[in-house]
Amino acid sequence: MARDAGYDDFLDALADGTGYYLACENDHGSLPPRRVCPRCGGDLREEPLPETGDVASYTEVHVATPSFVDDAPYVTAVVDFGPVNLTGILRGVDADDVETGMTVTVGVDGGASAEGEAGGDGGETGDAETERSVVFEPR
Amino acid sequence: MTNVRVAGVGLTHFGSHPERTSRDLFAEAGAVALEDAGVPREDVESVFYGNFMGEVAEHQGHTGPLAAEALGVRAPATRYESACASSGVALRQAVKDVRNGEADVLVVGGAERMSHVGTDETTEGLAIAADDLYEVRAGLTFPGAYGLMARAYFEEHGGSREDLAHIAVKNHANAVGNEHAQYQKEITVEQALDSPTVASPLHLYDACPITDGASAAVLVSDDYADEHDLDAPVAVTGTGQGGDMMALQDRASMAASPAADDAAAEAYDDAGIDADDVDLAEVHDCFTIAEVLAVESLGFAERGDGITAAREGETRKDGRIPVNLSGGLKAKGHPVGATGVSQLAEVTSLLRGDHHNSDAVSGARVGVAHNAGGTVASATVHVLEVLD
Ligand SMILES: [Zn+2]
Repeated sequence: MARDAGYDDFLDALADGTGYYLACENDHGSLPPRRVCPRCGGDLREEPLPETGDVASYTEVHVATPSFVDDAPYVTAVVDFGPVNLTGILRGVDADDVETGMTVTVGVDGGASAEGEAGGDGGETGDAETERSVVFEPR
Repeated sequence: MTNVRVAGVGLTHFGSHPERTSRDLFAEAGAVALEDAGVPREDVESVFYGNFMGEVAEHQGHTGPLAAEALGVRAPATRYESACASSGVALRQAVKDVRNGEADVLVVGGAERMSHVGTDETTEGLAIAADDLYEVRAGLTFPGAYGLMARAYFEEHGGSREDLAHIAVKNHANAVGNEHAQYQKEITVEQALDSPTVASPLHLYDACPITDGASAAVLVSDDYADEHDLDAPVAVTGTGQGGDMMALQDRASMAASPAADDAAAEAYDDAGIDADDVDLAEVHDCFTIAEVLAVESLGFAERGDGITAAREGETRKDGRIPVNLSGGLKAKGHPVGATGVSQLAEVTSLLRGDHHNSDAVSGARVGVAHNAGGTVASATVHVLEVLD
């Protein structure tokens, strides 16, 4: 599976617990791949992503795309980390117990080959079975 | 500057036509529009064509020339793609060309064939209108994205699934008698509430169906209409377009559609009207919550009040501002690339008085069409008026 430069580097960092976001001189937050700030066109620097965020909105998806059919129903959430929001799959909590405002941690799931290769470099082996997903879990 | 006159409009039946190619669907709608206009094919100077998922659903790109040849028109043709707003943006470009004096006779329209590939593939096809890296890979579907927006709206402004159900009920009722509509039957609030979950809080009856169909319109200049003695009393007097960040996560609020706010402001300014002047509207209700956001963006309700507009009767057939007298995307159907121009066709018929719901709005002079792409990262608004 081809790597997407910037995005997969971001996921590698998230998986290693060293997640980051991009910020411009006006402190607009954004996520890679970016060459300039999408709001003001300014230069970008990396800043550490806060370790936890709060669920801003969520949906329990029952009718999924083919790649997610086996997981349905599952919860996809947008989580507010302050400078940026991030979308991912919310695990480890019953859908009926999810609430906006609940605090979650972030990680990365999937992308490992059938042999069980995982971790930060797993994405570039070329034999990954699934695309990786951002995942959240209640803290 | 010339008026942009809507000389003729045409629609296929919207519904399940799994064996008909989109080129064939467009050929039918285009022929109806040319016949309605009384304009000969050879006078058409260019074709503006909206299509979203040709590559995914029909293994077919480069669909502009194919649409023109299916219509029997030998003229330059361009395909416009802006997700569900594909023919809305095509319409905007056609309007500009007539205004600029580039052309006197244009055909604009769109088509989509979706039902033959099945729900899984259609769900995947529609998902490409979202951000692949940050949304689709997080399991987000098109209904899921609107589910996030609905939840955010409820959190920010209040509202309930029952409020949304009243929108579905209204639009189904409006579709009764629309021969083009996919569903020509009424539903109840209870049926809507009891339908299966698609992406919470949205259920099946909050969602538009998967639809095959095509739309077309013939736009002409004042000079051409006068020289050929055309009966074309309706003109596009305002056009506007707005844009936003693709992914919901990157927006300041998921409970509003600023791209449509901007499109409406531009279109109203262009036409020299404001929201109070509008007699009726066709809006992009791909999901019930989308109609709420549209009604607010168009200025028919304050932010946070759109949720109850249908329930309180404001947007019903006999209300202050009837919305989606065609049945909307919800009941009439949503052949993605055809939707923008199908709204133009409905508003034109309503203003001309030859629509199945014309009696509800007799004397209407100003109508609006609101077309949105994806989760409203793109939006167009067009104002149509009866000329004196
Ligand atoms: Zn910036």
